[in-house]
Amino acid sequence: MSDWRFHLRDAKGTLSAAAVFVLLFALYTLNHPAGFSANVVQTAANKGVLLAFVAVGQTFVVLTAGIDLSVGAIFILANCLASVLVTGTPAHVALGLAAVLAAGLACGLANGALVVYGRLQPIVATIASGAIYFGLALWLRPEPGGDVDSTLADALTGQLAGGLPASVLVLAAVLLLVWVPFRRSLLGRAVYAVGSAEASAYLSGLPIRRARLLAYALAGLFSALGGLMLAFFTYSGEASATNASTYTLDSIAAIVIGGVSLFGGAGSAVGAVFGALIFRTINDLLFVFDLDPLWQPLFLGLVLLGAVSLGSLRLLRLKNRLELFGS
Amino acid sequence: MTSPMTPPVTPPVTPRLDPVAPAPSRVPAALRRADPAVATAFGCIVALLLLGSLYSTSFLSPDYLLQQLQVGSFLALVATGLMVVVLLGQIDLSVPWIVTVGGMMSTAAAGHGAVGTALAIPFGVLCGIGFGLVNGFGVAYLRVPSMIFTLGVDAVAQGLMVLKTGGSAPQDMATPLMRDLATGRALGPVPNAVWVWVAVGAATLFLLGRTTFGRAVYAIGNREGAAYLSGVRTRRVTLVAFAISGGLSALAGALLAGYSGKAYQGMGDGYLLPAIAAVVLGGTSILGGRGSYLGTTAGVILITLLQSILSVVQMPDAGRQVIYGTVILAMLLLYGRGNKVGG
Repeated sequence: MSDWRFHLRDAKGTLSAAAVFVLLFALYTLNHPAGFSANVVQTAANKGVLLAFVAVGQTFVVLTAGIDLSVGAIFILANCLASVLVTGTPAHVALGLAAVLAAGLACGLANGALVVYGRLQPIVATIASGAIYFGLALWLRPEPGGDVDSTLADALTGQLAGGLPASVLVLAAVLLLVWVPFRRSLLGRAVYAVGSAEASAYLSGLPIRRARLLAYALAGLFSALGGLMLAFFTYSGEASATNASTYTLDSIAAIVIGGVSLFGGAGSAVGAVFGALIFRTINDLLFVFDLDPLWQPLFLGLVLLGAVSLGSLRLLRLKNRLELFGS
Repeated sequence: MTSPMTPPVTPPVTPRLDPVAPAPSRVPAALRRADPAVATAFGCIVALLLLGSLYSTSFLSPDYLLQQLQVGSFLALVATGLMVVVLLGQIDLSVPWIVTVGGMMSTAAAGHGAVGTALAIPFGVLCGIGFGLVNGFGVAYLRVPSMIFTLGVDAVAQGLMVLKTGGSAPQDMATPLMRDLATGRALGPVPNAVWVWVAVGAATLFLLGRTTFGRAVYAIGNREGAAYLSGVRTRRVTLVAFAISGGLSALAGALLAGYSGKAYQGMGDGYLLPAIAAVVLGGTSILGGRGSYLGTTAGVILITLLQSILSVVQMPDAGRQVIYGTVILAMLLLYGRGNKVGG
């Protein structure tokens, strides 16, 4: 198999997610009363970017064949922390930004330590740690409120010259700064290796513990980035349990749609971003097609169920029934 | 005193039947066989009770304890079904809305005259089994990871319930039987809900320990391929396990509707995480194949007591969440740890 075909197969999930997104978004803007305008794009981008950040965070962990059910709680904790800290003089704001991101990183590192050194199963460890993070958020913000620096918020959520939404640029910049070096680094490769064959990765001398720690830490960081953006959109913080669990669950749905394998070792952050955008666009499509609001949750559920069932098409290609059962 | 290495002092009088002579020990057989996780869970229960009794002596009164068991029985039903699924190495995240389905469909059935009232609970449970079968089909036959498939089914169940309650206002009041089962005390001082728990628990003990189905569940949890090659119809067993989980969640929903008088949206929201915590704290491996029902019972009591104590001392919700998470993590670190990776 020649080189480009190999790369094409590797990026199949990402590319098809991108294609589906373009298709759905075109459908959406064509049917939107305001048409393809900068405002429509900005609103859609702002909604999509929030989930995209959390989904990218989830991607790092799922690549190691783990799962992080605390991403939603870290997202909310960062949101509440930002509503307290990101205000005042420019120096205060800068310090606040750093503190929020550091808190996210610390939450992620704590998850990683529980999984790597505590040897706990990721699913239960992050459920429990998520409860703690959410408790802290509730302690910071028993009532919704706060006052986020509006100059910065407007700059990061508004439009740039040419109508390009700033939030998309923030997402792209962060991906360029974090994802690209990650993918090219030894630790980044180790994350993929741990996800596809942990024992082999260990025997090959890859730093599997540090790779796992890094994955969980980055998940915390990206969830915090999402929470920060939420604070910029709403100028405030709210410790909403519904939001926390919705974002956790939606992040899993988004990465599956974006071609990231829940078994680990395959997928990309770019795919996850498109998965998140697709998930949000489906929601918007229901709106422009004037579907009865009562039908919307059912329709979303069916779309989700259908999307995850698509993976079972591989069953048709199995030559040996034993392959059904994994190893 | 004899060290563990010395042979037994008294020679056995009767020849032993088992081929492997047990290691000499002064620990009673029942304790020796006990899972350290289960023992720790029960130890934590005692510790919690003692801690609570420092705050108020009523923590040790039979009335308080029975009331806790009554409140815990809803969680116990959910955790029982979840445990069967976890033993397979799968997970059922559709609990919240299947609990709601159980509550809403059984109360809705009660709106259809005397027959509907009589069949309210069976109908609700049947709806839960239906959703469970969908879960099982997706996981066993379509081979979709259970974590994501059951999430999708949860979303669909939510959609159906929103559609149902939004379009019309169905009957949502609990039937007298549901109220009686959830809050009454027909047999002595023990609440009826606890009897339901005992009945379901006994059935589960029998199912897991004394039937081929039960052995198959453990076998699949250990290695599905090996179980399949041994002639177990693994996919069918998985399907049935998810149906059990769905049915028990719905039963919990029906009783919960009886407890609060009516069914409402989101009534199952608070049950998924505590149920997972109860199953795992009870020593069931989240990877499947290992775990005992006694452990799950201990886990349920532990979680219920923890929640109760935190609300009795009037801890604000924020602190409650933090302590809840910390205690679960601490107990997991105590005995829920996996094997060291990579040798």
